[in-house]
Amino acid sequence: MKMDSDLNRFHKIVRGKIKKELRKFIANGELLGRQGGKTISIPLPRIDIPRFQFGQQQRGLGQGDGEVGDPLPGQPSSGQQQAGDREGEKALEVEVSLEELADILGEELSLPRLEDKGTKNIEAVQHKYTGIFKQGPESLRHFKRTFREALKRAIISGTYNEQAPTIVPIKDDRRYRSFRTVRKPETNAVVIYMMDVSGSMGEEQKQIVRLTAFWLDTWLTRQYTGLERRYIVHDAVAREVDQDTFYRTRESGGTLISSAYQLALSLMEKDYPPAIWNIYLFHFSDGDNWSGNDTTECLNIMNGNILPKANLFSYGQVESRYGSGQFLRDLEKNFHGQEKVALAKIKDRDAIIGALKVFLGRGH
Amino acid sequence: MHGFDTKLTDEINFFVQELEQAARDAGLEPCTTIFELVDYKQLNEIAAYLGFPTRYPHWRFGMEYERLAKSYTYGLAIIYEMVINNNPCYAYLLRANDLVYQKTVIAHVYGHCDFFQKNYWFSKTNGKMLNQMANHGTIVRSLINEIGHDKVESFLDCCLSLENLIDIYAPFQTKTKKKDDHTAEEINITDDELKLDAKSYMDTYVNPKEYIARKRKLLEEKHSKDPLLDSKTNERDVLNYLLCHAPLQDWEWQLLDIIRAEAYYFAPQAQTKILNEGWATYWHSKMMTKLYPLSAAEIIDYCDHYAGVVASVPGQLNPYKLGVELLRHCERRWDEGRFGLEYLNCTDPKVRKLWNKNTQQGQTKLFEIRKIHNDVSFIDAYLDEDFCYEQKMLIYDYDRNRGKYVISSREFAEVKRKLLDQLTNVGNPIIAVKDGNFRNRSELLLVHEHSGQDLKQDFALETLKSLLRLWKRPVHLETRIEGVSKRISCSGSDHQIERI
Repeated sequence: MKMDSDLNRFHKIVRGKIKKELRKFIANGELLGRQGGKTISIPLPRIDIPRFQFGQQQRGLGQGDGEVGDPLPGQPSSGQQQAGDREGEKALEVEVSLEELADILGEELSLPRLEDKGTKNIEAVQHKYTGIFKQGPESLRHFKRTFREALKRAIISGTYNEQAPTIVPIKDDRRYRSFRTVRKPETNAVVIYMMDVSGSMGEEQKQIVRLTAFWLDTWLTRQYTGLERRYIVHDAVAREVDQDTFYRTRESGGTLISSAYQLALSLMEKDYPPAIWNIYLFHFSDGDNWSGNDTTECLNIMNGNILPKANLFSYGQVESRYGSGQFLRDLEKNFHGQEKVALAKIKDRDAIIGALKVFLGRGH
Repeated sequence: MHGFDTKLTDEINFFVQELEQAARDAGLEPCTTIFELVDYKQLNEIAAYLGFPTRYPHWRFGMEYERLAKSYTYGLAIIYEMVINNNPCYAYLLRANDLVYQKTVIAHVYGHCDFFQKNYWFSKTNGKMLNQMANHGTIVRSLINEIGHDKVESFLDCCLSLENLIDIYAPFQTKTKKKDDHTAEEINITDDELKLDAKSYMDTYVNPKEYIARKRKLLEEKHSKDPLLDSKTNERDVLNYLLCHAPLQDWEWQLLDIIRAEAYYFAPQAQTKILNEGWATYWHSKMMTKLYPLSAAEIIDYCDHYAGVVASVPGQLNPYKLGVELLRHCERRWDEGRFGLEYLNCTDPKVRKLWNKNTQQGQTKLFEIRKIHNDVSFIDAYLDEDFCYEQKMLIYDYDRNRGKYVISSREFAEVKRKLLDQLTNVGNPIIAVKDGNFRNRSELLLVHEHSGQDLKQDFALETLKSLLRLWKRPVHLETRIEGVSKRISCSGSDHQIERI
């Protein structure tokens, strides 16, 4: 299609716009729920070539019934309609694949590609059709090459007749596709999301977690072909839930963070042998653990079992009115400078982007 | 022309011939019209290029294509017809349409083709525009190879941002400026004399056509006015002014020249939207119902379709409807003798209502209208109080308290004034170059002839930046903002607005 190159140029401009607006999208969560399968529809302000033109007018011409003073028919009945949205100002909706979005995120935050932790011993075997052989099964015969060979032979031997260009390949002309076996290291990754749902976590806090998780998901999906997700909620006890429940559960009661870590560990031990799996853990809480003892317990689980097996352990602390935020300080004290532990404070929505950078910026 | 077979089916071809004959018998004079049968993807592509198969590369065609493709997918809008003003005319039919639809479109297209040929406002457009557009494409593509895609594209963006700064009446003005003998002599020099010295085999490289064209243009401009006259002017063809006076590199000059040529080509279409669509609709409805009538079985589909074409949304005027109704109104008036002083001075509503002198001049009048009018003159001459009332025309305003648009007037004079306002200068503000040596510092001054409506300010600023890119010295625009005269100046990344 002739249009292709113009479309490409347009998409390039769109991509630039998305990049420019990305910080806004990350903070206001507008992209959540706009996901459809493998693409996401992104609302952008209309791209216009500026011209000298008249400003919006509130006055217009029409045709139809009604007395002077009557409202113009065909308007939405709610009185909340914004002035000036009758025409113009149509937003542009662009469909972007999640991979593309992840790439834009990566460029904007200058995120490194995640490094596979040495799981190269697990390999998947794939066949790639790369070469051409003179022998092979008929089912792999390369018609175009075969006929090209035959044509060459006919021309060289002088049997080619332009008036009746019949080409009959003989056995020597036949060409077959040949395959090569490639061993590709298999990369599997699992993300275990943990969230504190105790009474002190409010709606806004959960929304922040949700937004952060969305972008983490987008990035990790781009990096690994088969990304699995597990969700754990906890207050004083932990349980595994599905994604939907994860964001909706609201409990009251105390907080024992160790319960979640214990459960995460047992999931890891049961389903995800660290030799094959890249394991990412993200925990979100307001940092108000029940007791110092439990915090010690958490540190023990992490040091003893989780950290040696995981690629990354991230803790994001959202701020709530009730939380003391002590847990983050405890972790900072114990894991300062540790490569595998990423800690971030997510004060409000605007802080999400910073947290993403901390969590994903290490490249492993 | 396209990758796929766009030949008409025998059946459609038959109707094309029949309908062309019907159109000619009725007095239409379309030029040869070539129809092509395309699928919706091709049609969207063609429509995004405004009907031309080959144009210069630019991202906005891609944007338009995506918008069309989306609205087609969601069933929001289907392109009804696509025809280009060229000789021969090219028109596109959507393969998926049923036969009633095809016939209607064919008849409609013949209406347009006749209009392109016979309407005065189209008389200055290039009949070989299809070729010229393709040539523009070739020039831009080769400039892209030479200069780089990003540079060319961003310069095109600048030019396009100034695209509406043309004088739509310029092609119809005859130059009456006096030239003295000396200049006449200089201007009469031949192309050969304009050339730089070169060996014959190098001639096409040393003296490319564009170079000669540019030289000639500069020469003509130089002699069209007194060189000693000061820099003050009143040039509404701002693009031409830039071509003659802005410090442009050759490639920039070529691009601007292309944008200007295309802007002038498309101007008559914007100038005659109501009349042109009205004319085509008038004829397709006449052909489908009287001259080459559809069968009884087809007529319901046709009516359904026609209702869609002339449907009116309360907040907008539908050019198809307005045009066809006003034409019919004129036809009726001249058929029944409702014209002349006697009729106009008659104030008795009863007498007026029953007025019929059986003059039967309707058809003649319509052909006269199609020959000489554009939208502004058409509305100005024929939109009368009766029509305004019959068509339930209205003005609405936004009522802040109620948060709604409210009908504010049905007064004939107000409605007509508003409509003419909207159509003046095809809806663009009137802006002219006033001084090319403003403050004696080679700065450029444009003046907006304010007619009651302010400019969109953010756009005005961005446009000034484009202008600055071409002029390379500070640029200024005088306009009114909320009733106060102001001058917007742009001299780099910053701008200022001062009262004058």
